[in-house]
Amino acid sequence: MRLIRVMCSGRIDPAFVLRAFSQGADGVFIGACHLGECNYITHGNYHTLNMVLLLRLILEHLGLDPERLRMSFMSGAEANLFVENVNDFVKKIKLLGPVGAGEGIGPQELKRKLETATELVPYIRLVERERLRAPMMSEEAYYAYFAGQEMKRLFQETIVEKLAIGQIIALLRAGPLTTAEIARSVGLTPSEVSKHLSTSSRHRLVRYDQEQKRYALA
Amino acid sequence: MEYCPVTYPDVFNQEISQNKAVHIYFSQAIPLVTYIDESCLYLKEKKCRICEGVCENKAIDFRQTPEKRKVKVGAVLLSLGLEPFDPRVRPEYRYGEFQNVVTSMDFERLLSSTGAYAGEILRASDLKHPQKIAWIQCVGSRSVVEGNNSYCSGVCCTYTQKQVILTKDHHPEAECTVFHNDIRSFGKDFERYFQRAENLPGVRFIRSYVSIGREIPESKNVTIRYATPDDGVKEEEFDLVVLSVGLNPPREVIKLAQQFGVELNPHQFCKLDPVNPLVTNRPGIFVSGGFQGPVDIPESVFSASGAGSQIGQLLDYRRGKLTQEREYPPERDVSQEEPRIGVFVCHCGANISGVVNVPDTVEYCKTLPHVVHAQNQVFSCATNSAKEITDITREKGLNRVIVAACSPRTLEPLFRDTLREAGINPYYYEMANIREHNSWVHSKEKEAATRKAQDIIRMSVARACHLEPLQEFDLPVNKAALVVGGGLSGLTCALSIAAQGHEVHLVEKDADLGGIARRIHYTLEGLDVPAYVQDLVGKVYHHPLIHVYTGATITEATGFIGSFVTRVQSDRGLSEIKHGAAVIAIGADLYTPGEYLYGQDERVLTHLELEEKIAGGDEKVTGAQSLVMIQCVGCRNEDRNYCSRICCSQSVKHALKLKELNPQMDITILFRDIRTYGFKEDYYRAASEKDVKFIRFEPTAPPRVEAGTAEDGRSVLKVTVPDYILGKELELDADVLALAAAVVPSAATKEIAGLFKVTLSPDGFFKEAHVKLRPVEFATDGVYLCGAAHYPKFMQETINQSYGAAGRVLTLLSRDTVLASGSVCEVDENKCVSCGACITACTYGAIEFYETPQGRKAKVNPVLCKGDGLCNTKCATGAIMLKHFTDEELLSEIDAALVEETAPTALEAAA
Repeated sequence: MRLIRVMCSGRIDPAFVLRAFSQGADGVFIGACHLGECNYITHGNYHTLNMVLLLRLILEHLGLDPERLRMSFMSGAEANLFVENVNDFVKKIKLLGPVGAGEGIGPQELKRKLETATELVPYIRLVERERLRAPMMSEEAYYAYFAGQEMKRLFQETIVEKLAIGQIIALLRAGPLTTAEIARSVGLTPSEVSKHLSTSSRHRLVRYDQEQKRYALA
Repeated sequence: MEYCPVTYPDVFNQEISQNKAVHIYFSQAIPLVTYIDESCLYLKEKKCRICEGVCENKAIDFRQTPEKRKVKVGAVLLSLGLEPFDPRVRPEYRYGEFQNVVTSMDFERLLSSTGAYAGEILRASDLKHPQKIAWIQCVGSRSVVEGNNSYCSGVCCTYTQKQVILTKDHHPEAECTVFHNDIRSFGKDFERYFQRAENLPGVRFIRSYVSIGREIPESKNVTIRYATPDDGVKEEEFDLVVLSVGLNPPREVIKLAQQFGVELNPHQFCKLDPVNPLVTNRPGIFVSGGFQGPVDIPESVFSASGAGSQIGQLLDYRRGKLTQEREYPPERDVSQEEPRIGVFVCHCGANISGVVNVPDTVEYCKTLPHVVHAQNQVFSCATNSAKEITDITREKGLNRVIVAACSPRTLEPLFRDTLREAGINPYYYEMANIREHNSWVHSKEKEAATRKAQDIIRMSVARACHLEPLQEFDLPVNKAALVVGGGLSGLTCALSIAAQGHEVHLVEKDADLGGIARRIHYTLEGLDVPAYVQDLVGKVYHHPLIHVYTGATITEATGFIGSFVTRVQSDRGLSEIKHGAAVIAIGADLYTPGEYLYGQDERVLTHLELEEKIAGGDEKVTGAQSLVMIQCVGCRNEDRNYCSRICCSQSVKHALKLKELNPQMDITILFRDIRTYGFKEDYYRAASEKDVKFIRFEPTAPPRVEAGTAEDGRSVLKVTVPDYILGKELELDADVLALAAAVVPSAATKEIAGLFKVTLSPDGFFKEAHVKLRPVEFATDGVYLCGAAHYPKFMQETINQSYGAAGRVLTLLSRDTVLASGSVCEVDENKCVSCGACITACTYGAIEFYETPQGRKAKVNPVLCKGDGLCNTKCATGAIMLKHFTDEELLSEIDAALVEETAPTALEAAA
């Protein structure tokens, strides 16, 4: 485990977490003050928990095990908690194996997925503020809320399409592809891909190349 | 320590585990250095001297002898502390006799991760985890038998609850039983804490006197006999019994008291002046903390701070006489240079070098980009090492320095200073923690630890390349203070600040000073409150440095530490007050009961009204045949989930007074738990002895009150309550019913909190910066609090805390400037889209919009920014950035952490 110091867990940006995974970290552990015991008056740890849970949904959606990202709460006087949490986390990560490989995702694909998510970070910040931020509550309540139907719907509405389009565009950067080829690579059905492709065409992000009978970047 | 052949019981760990003759006292000791004690073979028998030979630094000197020094001082502060009660004085506790009977102090060391078994709870007889644990409360306290203390130690109820919670954290399956008398959760947030402990699964709180039975020969388990109303007397077996021992006066207190010529009270604590509990009978000798009496941490901290303020008053004329100004060379501008990094790798004696291969690591550092110098040092923090860093920085033209050693928490300020000495901006310093993060946790994996040390340094080097010079800035401190609230706490605080030469603006909403203390006529200890308050008010009005604003409301409060501007509308008209510090001392209000016929029947009074009638000699009260009091009216319930702390003692106070005036009066106090903590317990006992009846009720079956007629035909209030001891309903006839109405936050609390940007606790009182360690400060710099605005408290506690707040104010006002950190946020206006996300996130109010030719943009006030960086993660365009923790700096660390190694090796090196 390698440690990076921030003054408040609230400073931890989703982009940092994604960067760590794309550089080959198998797990990211965030240690924070106990909820409700903020050293500042900003309660940044609630915000971070919200961000972590959202990121876990994104990781899961991308086919990565969300357990690779963990947030634990402890005070400076609770060395035993830190040790317990870290040991447990390391054990878990060892079981999961190397990032990507453990989930059966190739290095190129992993890179593309994480890049897509990273590009989405500014958008995630906006939509998090508008729609995906839960009110301050207990840790258990956060987990329950993020596992619930309401969040599932919100996540579907706000993030899923963006992630799919992002991945399609990343794929097309390497060259034109057919709908079926795209569908295989991003793990969606051809009809879902068609839907995204038509949206993207409307937004003039992609075009249909008549000659090659394939989609390409606009 | 490794080589010392002597092992003997470790005193700090209650002699449960072993230590060496050369040792560190405990892992958080200050200073954190080893020393040799009397168990040393050389000191005892002139043998051994092994340590002297193995110490590379020649730090061991057996020629040292004790020496006497004379120090001339202007004041003495007696902070003698407390001693845990030793249950060996009473054989019935079986302590020292049964192996599995321990004190709470022993248990504390079992719970601690630095304790006897490194955080494992093991019992002595078989070194196994105890499954069934019992705590016995009031061991050595609240008892008049020989050897015990008659007073209540005040802390044991809550520390036991803490131990229960921690035990359940360690072993969720453990069964915890607490045998208690009254539960005295009178401290701030303690009621909620009690509920948290009580509601854990497998936890029982049983109200019963107990006796320790026998030790089972085979299992060494211990039996406890107790009684409950439902089941009668029972005997139950436990794996471990914890005696919740009370607090004794400090060790050798009589001898010390004689040496200093200070008087003791009958309990052998310091005899206190009721209006100034921080002074002793000898001028110039002050007292704080446990020597005042059994107290918890917050009271101890604010009394220490308060004594500091009074010593400041005494010695103010000598302030600054012994200080020296530091001078630094001018700062060299290196921002345009290529990074030239120096890395100093610390051995920390053997703390690091015993695990990490330091020479290899130094060689590795030399291979890293931009590193132009790398070397080792035995102790980088030693004065000569720091000097070496300064010298080499100058010689080799370094513009960034990394010390690979320990946690930045302790030594970063020192090394930043070292850079300043070399003419380099202190923010070019970076600390690589290869001790706490590495050698201390990987002592058994030396090779992996060496690789990890190199990784950590590589990360620091990557980060150092991106560091920027930052300016800390001096904020001028306006020497005046604003005190909000002219009650006992505000008056005391204002006088102490003014006595040290600072102007004080005292703002009071009423037309007169004195606050609620004006309605109190005497205390339990017999203090003449009106005379005292009158004297205090007189002193305040006559003090040339105190400006009083009565009939005042605060209309606006702006500014920050050192330079606040507050607008006040008062009898003086509209004033604009400039001040460097603010004290919130707005006191508290009284709950107006809606229950027990209050407001409908004039015989139902609150305690404050009762007190006024007693003082006024109202015959209806003093001549009553029968008087009933009901405790916990309006608190310890769903609406106000806290204990008002003072009401039990108030009831006892009135009962004793009435018994003195009219010994024939029948007085009954209906209570839930009697919370006469500390020495007030003696008055509770006195009341019982004077035949005041105490009857306990449960919140589920509170007393019922209705108008009725007594047997003798007189009109009375009928009070009905179940009696759990007799097991039947009791009907009491009361001529007067007095209600212990709750103390509630002042009506102005929310408004004042908004004006001064300070926060409130769940119960609506002001929230201090840290409940234990910073009980008179707010998290907002330059704003302080004291008195009942913080939480209900007795006059003595209020006075302690008010001097404490004055002490903290003086620490600020005695300086000409305060230093603001350079690590604050800044907005790139070109990127700002004025969405306001950062402004919403910043509860410090440090970010505001302002108009520019390009439209509205966010701007950070660097004085208010605390550098937590939450706003950074809210900004969709990355326009706001926390200096010293920029995206660039942090991402470079992430990349460097993962650059060389692939994940599996990183895993191997991990714990």
